Amino acid sequence: MVSATETRNAPIEGKVISVNGPIVKAAGLTGVKMFDIAEVGSDGLIGEVIRLLGPVALIQVYEDNTGLKPGDKVISEGRPLSVLLGPGLIANIYDGIQRPLVGISEQCGSYIEKGVKLSALDAQKQWTFTPSAKPGDEVAEGQIIGEIEETPLVVHRVLIPPGVFGRLENVVEAGPRTIEDVIYTVQTKTGLYEGKLAGYWPVRMARPVRSKKKPFIPLMTGQRIIDTFFPIARGGTAAIPGGFGTGKTMTQHALAKWCNADIIIYIGCGERGNEMTDVLTEFPKLVDERNGRPLIERTVMIANTSNMPVPAREVSIYTGVTIAEFYRDMGYSVAVMADSTSRWAEALRELSSRLGDMPAEEGFPPYLATRLAEFYERAGLVETLSGADGDISIIGAVSPPGGDFSEPVTQHTSRFVRCFWALDKTLADARHYPSISWVDSYTEYLNDIEGWWRELDEQWLVIRNEVMNILLEDHRLQQLVKLVGADALPMFQQFTLHVAEMIKNAFLQQNSFDPIDKYCSPEKQLKLLKVILALYERGGVLVKAGLTLKDITDLPSLSEMVRLKSEIPNNETNRIDEYRERLLGELELLKEQVLGV
Amino acid sequence: MCCEIEYTTIGGISGPLVFVEGVRGVGLGEIVEIRDGESLRIGQTLEVDEDRAVVQVFEGTSGLAVKGMRVSFVGRSLEIPVDRAMLGRVFDGLGRPSDGYPQVVTDRRMNVNGLPVNPWSREYPRDFIQTGISAIDGMNTLIRGQKLPIFSGSGMPHNLIAAQIARQAMILSEEEEFTVIFAAMGVKFDVARFFIDSLEESGVLTHSAIFLSLADAPSIERLITPKVALTLAEHLAFDEGMHVLVILTDMTNYCESLRELSSSRGEIPSRKGYPGYLYSDLASIYERAGRLKGFDGSITQMPILTMPSDDISHPVPDLTGYITEGQIVLERELFNKGIYPPIAGLPSLSRLMKDGIGEGRTRADHAQVAAQLFASYAKVKRIRSLAAIVGEEELSDLDKIYLEFGNSFEEEFLSQGENENRTIEETLEKGWRMLSILPQEELYRVRREDIDRYYIPSSDGGD
Ligand SMILES: Nc1ncnc2c1ncn2[C@@H]1O[C@H](COP(=O)(O)OP(=O)(O)OP(=O)(O)O)[C@@H](O)[C@H]1O
Ligand SMILES: [Mg+2]
Repeated sequence: MVSATETRNAPIEGKVISVNGPIVKAAGLTGVKMFDIAEVGSDGLIGEVIRLLGPVALIQVYEDNTGLKPGDKVISEGRPLSVLLGPGLIANIYDGIQRPLVGISEQCGSYIEKGVKLSALDAQKQWTFTPSAKPGDEVAEGQIIGEIEETPLVVHRVLIPPGVFGRLENVVEAGPRTIEDVIYTVQTKTGLYEGKLAGYWPVRMARPVRSKKKPFIPLMTGQRIIDTFFPIARGGTAAIPGGFGTGKTMTQHALAKWCNADIIIYIGCGERGNEMTDVLTEFPKLVDERNGRPLIERTVMIANTSNMPVPAREVSIYTGVTIAEFYRDMGYSVAVMADSTSRWAEALRELSSRLGDMPAEEGFPPYLATRLAEFYERAGLVETLSGADGDISIIGAVSPPGGDFSEPVTQHTSRFVRCFWALDKTLADARHYPSISWVDSYTEYLNDIEGWWRELDEQWLVIRNEVMNILLEDHRLQQLVKLVGADALPMFQQFTLHVAEMIKNAFLQQNSFDPIDKYCSPEKQLKLLKVILALYERGGVLVKAGLTLKDITDLPSLSEMVRLKSEIPNNETNRIDEYRERLLGELELLKEQVLGV
Repeated sequence: MCCEIEYTTIGGISGPLVFVEGVRGVGLGEIVEIRDGESLRIGQTLEVDEDRAVVQVFEGTSGLAVKGMRVSFVGRSLEIPVDRAMLGRVFDGLGRPSDGYPQVVTDRRMNVNGLPVNPWSREYPRDFIQTGISAIDGMNTLIRGQKLPIFSGSGMPHNLIAAQIARQAMILSEEEEFTVIFAAMGVKFDVARFFIDSLEESGVLTHSAIFLSLADAPSIERLITPKVALTLAEHLAFDEGMHVLVILTDMTNYCESLRELSSSRGEIPSRKGYPGYLYSDLASIYERAGRLKGFDGSITQMPILTMPSDDISHPVPDLTGYITEGQIVLERELFNKGIYPPIAGLPSLSRLMKDGIGEGRTRADHAQVAAQLFASYAKVKRIRSLAAIVGEEELSDLDKIYLEFGNSFEEEFLSQGENENRTIEETLEKGWRMLSILPQEELYRVRREDIDRYYIPSSDGGD
């Protein structure tokens, strides 16, 4: 069922009977199945059968179909819309239906013309294959049969595809191979299976795994508000809802750059062309600190920008997640960024309205929630068919109209994700980035991943919660401040407001463009937290004993606190400890001077 | 197609739509010619069936009758001739000359719908454009190849600002050619006149092309106008290597025409009656800005739109903001205070600024100064709303200093003359003068070395 040399069925031919935007009705396609590919018109535009109504097939066309006429021919070979999985995906950029954009530009220049047919993988490229199994071995689905160095960062494990069991008859020796070569054969119950380096998999079907597990390792992102306050686990799901310009894309980019997954799948779904260009120009230059290699060597990009055909936008997220599953099955930790899932939902809405479906909320089809759930369900930490651990984390941006979170896509998404990073317009306006709200965001992974942080500090959760409580107290007090001003509050509350302000400026706010601040190691995050808590606890005692806020803010080292994050690099965090000692010393001195203790 | 068949089998007319029955072999998006006596109108197929075509008539259907109309299908999409000889000329909303001179003679014709740019082929825009306006250059920098709209409200001076930008940004140089393309959709003649005069005064009219689909033109025509303008822009930028500034006004009118068309097709509306595909439709216009690898030219877009009831969450500004690379928002409150340009301090944003400024481009401290101004001004806004409740006297000393900063920022930094052209140096100097009103400790977004260099201690600053 899954092989690079597909068994091509005899093509079925039909005729277009009507064209309504990207939806084409065709007659005469007897025997065609749901989700089969159809080539439409004289240009052979790629389409997918999305509905069968008696003798009529409804086809959603993934390319610009202006000029298409009733009477034009439609051909289907009876195979489902699929992605080609094999070595060469990494560092590549594809459109929503996995056509290589580099190849398209070589063939037709700066613009995407219709009817371009190009293979997703380079069939000529020679990969150095090293077998790890030998003839005579009993092999099963998911088993590793050999390796390829796909990029200096990614060892590509060649697996026996799902559904194939038997005795390995033959496997080629180490050496250069293309994706067309037969590299092994397996004697199965039903016959001889010829294995290649690449194979097709239907986009809309999740790849099988042995079992799902509970995630327990945090996906470290280097973004303080995420890692410390609203962490996501490897294999977890997160949504980033926010109005325009609040920082969804910047957050996705920051994660794609710095998170510690092995593979990044970046899906630009109905967003700006320049944002993909930004990734394309920046990632080859940015270096992964862990291994000194350019980030592009672990990244696959899917770009179906807002001006590209709408139906291909709908498929793009499935194309992306299927590629993610392919690498997960090799035992990798994969992070999928989908920007923006709202554009995907809108594509669904547009197509369903052309199909004449009865709309549910705000014109969206009733199956919106089911589709969202199915998509996020493809995330997870799993035991792969080979028994290894692999995981997919999915981070979806949501673009609510008018920035109003009560709309259907945000609402449904929040039911299916376990991490919700709500972006706040007021913070973005004040250029407090990331503008993730510490009041409206949440995570359900805190307890799952606490164990990992404990290795660093037994007290991590206590410290984290204590700082969070200061922020929540601040939120409560701000309601009062709005009415009476801060000066009217008791001194300790004024002090709390000041510490909260410090948390916001010295910890939460993080500049993606600052060479040091853009990535903050877990150790540095923890040490910064401890500095703030030292101020709160020791300073608080003094304030309670009668000191004023000004006595504290006059401390010489206090104004330096906001600069620690951008002046002290990740490998010199002992300087944060030194600072903390200095601050504690000054507080001690103050205590002696003023209180005479 | 050579032998055009003329159909007279009209099934009906509804709004801007004509339903033609019994047609054969007609394609989607094909151009349609509609003859009624001597008059010729142009349309386009929106939907095709085995024997029926739905045609959208750009000039509108008023005066058409089911009987007597002759319809023929041209067999291709709408194309216009493109040539640099079109500079200095005025055209109607469909790209036909309307200045009394003949059509430009050229072999080069382009499909007005354009094609999507391959993201791989884009060049990331990085070149700073000095507009001479501090609020833009200092805090919301415009980059060559950017799409940066002006969100305005009725009665506010968006036209004045756009004209000032066009004037001051289009400095002619030896090596590079600049041009302005102005497309008016549904605006009054005096708005168009104002732009034409302003371009003329600054001597750039001969380098400009004007497309007018004014308020008295059929509303459906507006749907083509931006596409026609951008088609010429693409030719000038990528065939001729020019730097093109495209001003599109008013996109709200464009969107209303689209809503009208959608409702006459009986489509299920999304928010406020606008079609669900408004986002994709706008993107097909706005994404035609940018730079391409291997080409010298650029298309910078400055769409202008009026926000109904000054509401930024209205679908038109909202979806625009989701597509463009930032927005310049005009604020009623500043406008009422008499501040020109009334560019709102907080909601305005330029997304391409980050890579187009800094050392070697503008100045090393630029990003930090901008961030600090935004942060401090945000605080001013908070203190002002507090002052409105507790009274200014009750504020702390620091809060009072912030209010002073806020006022100076609005009156000296934001505010400037309609012909005042500030250099980026002057803008940043002014920025530091404003920041110097605040105590140093408050300036945590700027680097220490920049404070040492630019901060003016209170004895000689703050006047
Ligand atoms: N972490 C950050 N550090 C610095 N600047 C940021 C950060 N996050 C966002 N910004 C600023 O905010 C701007 C808008 O962010 P971004 O493009 O991510 O918004 P968005 O939510 O994706 O908007 P849209 O929905 O329109 O795509 C950026 O261009 C940048 O200037
Ligand atoms: Mg974005």
